[in-house]
Amino acid sequence: MSREKLSLIDKQVLWNRLIAVVEEQAQTLQRTAFSTIVRESGDLAAGVFDTRGRMIAQAVTGTPGHINTMALNVGHVLAAHPAETMLDGDVYITNDPWLGTGHTNDFCITTPVFRNGAMVGLFACNCHLMDIGGVLGPNASTDLYMEGLIIPILKLVEAGVVNETLMAMIRTNTRLPVDTEGDVYAMISCNDVGYAGLNMMMDEYQLDSIEELSDHVIDTSREAVLANIRAMPFGTWHSEMWIDGYDEPLLLKCGVTISNDGINVDFTGSSPMVRNNINVPICYTLAYTSFGVGCIVAKGIPNNAGSLEPITVSSPEGTIMHAQKPAAVVSRHIVGISLPDLVFGALRQAVPERVPAEGAGCLWGVNAAGPRTSPTKYGDEFRVGVVTTGGMGALPFRDGLSATGYPSGVRGGPIEIFESMSTLVVWRKQYRQDSGGAGKYRGGLGQEIEVGNSIPEPFTYFASYERTKVAARGAAGGLDGEKGSLTLSTGEKLPGKGNYTIPVGTRIFVHSPGAGGHGNPLERDRDAVERDLELGLISAEAAEKLYGHKAFPSMAAE
Amino acid sequence: MMAKQGIRLSADVGGTFTDLVLEQGKTRWTSKVLTTPSRPEEGVLTGITKILGLAGKTIGEINTFVHGTTLATNAIIERRGAKTALITTDGFRDVVEIGTESRYDQYELALVRPKPLVERPFRFTVRERMDARGIELLPLSEEDVSAVAAEIKDAGIESVGVSFLHAYVNPAHEVRVGALLAELLPDVTVSLSHEVSPEIREYERTSTTLANAYVQPLISGYLKRLDDALRDLGFTGFLCLMTSGGGLSSVESARRFPVRLVESGPAGGSIFAAQIAALLNEPKVLAFDMGGTTAKVSLIHDFQSETVRSFEVDRAARFLKGSGLPLRIPVIEMVEIGAGGGSIAGLDLLKRVTVGPESASSVPGPACYGRGGTEATVTDADLVLGLIDPDAFAGGTIQLDVSKSKAAFEKTVGDQLSLDAEMSAYAVYEMVCENMASAARVHAVERGAVTSQHTVIAFGGAAPLHVARVADKIGANRVVVPPNAGVGSAVGFLAAPISYEVVRSGYQRLDSFDPEAANSLLDDIAAEIRGWVETAANGAPLVQKRVAYMRYMGQGHEIAVELPNAFLTANAANDFRDQFEAAYKILFKRVIPNAAIEVMAWSVSISTIPTLPDAIDPVELTDAPAATASKRFFDGRAGVAIEIPLYRRHELKPGQRFSGPAIVSEAETSTFVSDAFDAWIDAAGAIVMQRKQRQILSQTVEQAA
Repeated sequence: MSREKLSLIDKQVLWNRLIAVVEEQAQTLQRTAFSTIVRESGDLAAGVFDTRGRMIAQAVTGTPGHINTMALNVGHVLAAHPAETMLDGDVYITNDPWLGTGHTNDFCITTPVFRNGAMVGLFACNCHLMDIGGVLGPNASTDLYMEGLIIPILKLVEAGVVNETLMAMIRTNTRLPVDTEGDVYAMISCNDVGYAGLNMMMDEYQLDSIEELSDHVIDTSREAVLANIRAMPFGTWHSEMWIDGYDEPLLLKCGVTISNDGINVDFTGSSPMVRNNINVPICYTLAYTSFGVGCIVAKGIPNNAGSLEPITVSSPEGTIMHAQKPAAVVSRHIVGISLPDLVFGALRQAVPERVPAEGAGCLWGVNAAGPRTSPTKYGDEFRVGVVTTGGMGALPFRDGLSATGYPSGVRGGPIEIFESMSTLVVWRKQYRQDSGGAGKYRGGLGQEIEVGNSIPEPFTYFASYERTKVAARGAAGGLDGEKGSLTLSTGEKLPGKGNYTIPVGTRIFVHSPGAGGHGNPLERDRDAVERDLELGLISAEAAEKLYGHKAFPSMAAE
Repeated sequence: MMAKQGIRLSADVGGTFTDLVLEQGKTRWTSKVLTTPSRPEEGVLTGITKILGLAGKTIGEINTFVHGTTLATNAIIERRGAKTALITTDGFRDVVEIGTESRYDQYELALVRPKPLVERPFRFTVRERMDARGIELLPLSEEDVSAVAAEIKDAGIESVGVSFLHAYVNPAHEVRVGALLAELLPDVTVSLSHEVSPEIREYERTSTTLANAYVQPLISGYLKRLDDALRDLGFTGFLCLMTSGGGLSSVESARRFPVRLVESGPAGGSIFAAQIAALLNEPKVLAFDMGGTTAKVSLIHDFQSETVRSFEVDRAARFLKGSGLPLRIPVIEMVEIGAGGGSIAGLDLLKRVTVGPESASSVPGPACYGRGGTEATVTDADLVLGLIDPDAFAGGTIQLDVSKSKAAFEKTVGDQLSLDAEMSAYAVYEMVCENMASAARVHAVERGAVTSQHTVIAFGGAAPLHVARVADKIGANRVVVPPNAGVGSAVGFLAAPISYEVVRSGYQRLDSFDPEAANSLLDDIAAEIRGWVETAANGAPLVQKRVAYMRYMGQGHEIAVELPNAFLTANAANDFRDQFEAAYKILFKRVIPNAAIEVMAWSVSISTIPTLPDAIDPVELTDAPAATASKRFFDGRAGVAIEIPLYRRHELKPGQRFSGPAIVSEAETSTFVSDAFDAWIDAAGAIVMQRKQRQILSQTVEQAA
């Protein structure tokens, strides 16, 4: 027997329940995944969808690039395999960059939920796998087919029976067969946890369908975002931003139109696709654009199909933001996570009181490989990585956070673990003085990191960095942050992207970028300047030159 | 814990109340006094005088006094600790501030992080370096140490934490710095990371070491004052301290590692629940503790709570994972959310009903207290629904005013949602129960357990009012509300064993298992802690538990595998693999064929033998007693007020069975038996709720009403 209609209180309680169910789903994946970046850094997404493929709730655990692409992916699954053809016990898989999350490393798994013989919703998840074949090295591929196995939307499990042929294909096409298969099973299990949780909720509330609930969630969220948008000035604002790019700098351009119907971001005029693998499928462009816009207009509103709907993107085909097959896309995050700063440039003109200055953006992971022993033995190598970051842009009312990832919320890891998995020694990892752009509110600081080898062998360093040629710009009179840099102890400077052999006895200095400041530095609160000086976040020279700070005569005399 | 049949006393110093329990054989007295935050020993001594008077005993008759306190936690949260400095490896002074470099809230650009316990100018560095295998890459610069010591002296620092990279493998440099500081700064207390928390991960280890250093002078002073005052009054027994891991430590060890005293109250609650579980012979229990500001849930399997190795204190965004300071110490596993009697209800941006985490605490308190509070709280909801007797709340100490609650609900919830005060109260009640049920479910999933297979044991002032609905939502079929539920933690203290546990990192792969390294690491830990425990145990027999934390190579989640108390041989690796895979299968349903297994850390705990009560016999059920009164109860699901029976707990006799909905009131709180449950009193005086048969068999039977 089914209940006629849900009361408002029921709907609100059930909304919370769905959020808890997808959190259980995400926790299951994070605990059982093999992929280091999933378990240590939470590089994943999990969510529940209605029968129309609309995302109703997503787990708080996860990154914007994964979550907001997953929101679209389930629609593609339903288009390829209509609901009426789905069976209880089916599981679907894909890693097609244009249907999934923008690169082949992410597998997307979708599981329909059945109740009394009818499909009532779907659970989906995706996460980053450590290897799916293809050419080695983050900068090496120049077309999609060099980026490993590509899986179209296929049934991985049919009515409870695993497609062993497909599983064998997956296993055979990766350098890490055990981990990869383990990750696939972890994803299947996490959707099963969601399946059970949804059915338990429907038992308790005697529901045959969640459509009334999904309408409520999606409508309420959409209206809340629209109400925020409608309180903003209407019009179109433009911004442009240069980024390092690969061989030469790239121009990112956007026009942001705020109207009664929502916010559209158009990328016409941006640089065209390039040969190297930093091209972005439009699904990933949408993911990071709507995340950036969302930070300004949707804070406090749960992320779902409704809250995402008012934010749209457009671009001519063939720009770097709307890359076409078979472009190389594996490092699409390099450009993708620059998008919030680009969009902020336009939004700052409309709502200056809410928008931060530019930040470091791109993650500054320390990634390296080398022999475990000296003399070396063929095949006995380590490959390690640890996520590190630069600064966040200053807000119009507060300093930016130092050494904090934005827009990606990926967690950094311990140096002690990094060292225990390799022969490398990190000699230094601390705040980088004077790297935060000066301003009434100071930009967040980057870090200075120094890496060498403890054995007399060279090692390989993989750099895939941004903001080494173009700094994070200050806003409203605030100054730019310091650019990032890569230097050897011999004094040799290295470009921000490339695979480098670090010779025996040489160390590499990795300086992540600081963020832009906000407002005129001369207007900075004098106590704040003195405090920065006392903490060593700025030098005496910078205090005097940039902030006009005069040391007290008595102190100077000492 | 003690073999002797003397008088035993416990005191749990909480934020608002200090709870005391005195026990002699099977007789128990309880008491509550107000906490005296500036000098907590005063409240404790007042309470002791009071409870001794109640029992007609003298202090000289007490042979054990078990003490738990939130002093360390509060000192950290309120930043009232010592002036502290850090000495660390050159190049790593910002480790505690850089943290994990992540944001605990995706969409928040103006994120707030907890202030580090030690600011940058007092984070000193010296030249020295060990590598990950413990080989010295750079000798310790004693020159640097002397220079830093001079600066520390000039700055008037009271306490120092020393944390060097890889000190958990080779502590030589830390040991040397400890010796140098003892000479150079004899008045300064020193915490060394390899002693406080010998585990890999520099952020967590340094954070824990600093927290220890930060609270050490304060706790040390407090314990000395308390000990002296007790001796002056004629106390000749043994004073011991409750730790977060659920064991008792001596005063000496507590003064050295005070960071282990945080979360002692909740640990006591968990032990209390484990004792009740044994008494009722319930192997799968979910302990549900709901007080004034938070609710805590932990799982107890086979009458034992589980310990984990880390938690967070001082979360900047309350209860949000990742927003606090990490502490890596043994701690009873539990989840805590901002849901208590004082939690404030409201609406969010989307006009969704929210509860907590902000709390009205005791001042101004819920609206119904009439002390100036205008926010509607969970207690107000309970009152409006008819679950609390306004004339008998907290033993009649506070007269509650329903009209103030109703006004608050209309203002903060009802007006915007077009709901009257009663429906608003129902919405808040439903939401807080939902949030607690969700927390319980997620927590169970994380431990590979299913909530519906558990019996819920409820304690803490607010738990009996909400537990029936929470149990309903998590599918549990049985609920137990034991007597003395209001002072459960202090009761639990008296059942805790004396114990000490140390976890130390030590990497090994099972396929190249090195028994010598494992034996020597485990023996080292045992030798280090046995002395502590032997002194405190005073001749009582000891047991040792040894555990290896293992995982599939490269995986994130480690599983504790218990080791035999015998010399490990190379063959042991096979047994470990079998044990690991058996545990893994329970948690994750399958094993991963051909995957290598690695050991990340080892632990040894030595303790006195914990005693569990014998299970009681089931009672013969008899017919329902006559209700003392009937009570108007607002049934939100049906949208109407109905009359339900009210029983006084002290008038109910073991075996008497009645049917929900009903309310059982007692001096400290009331228990709500929802219409999904029948209830009776068992032989030990607990209220037992059992899901009605028709509720189990069929979900679709409509309510009789």
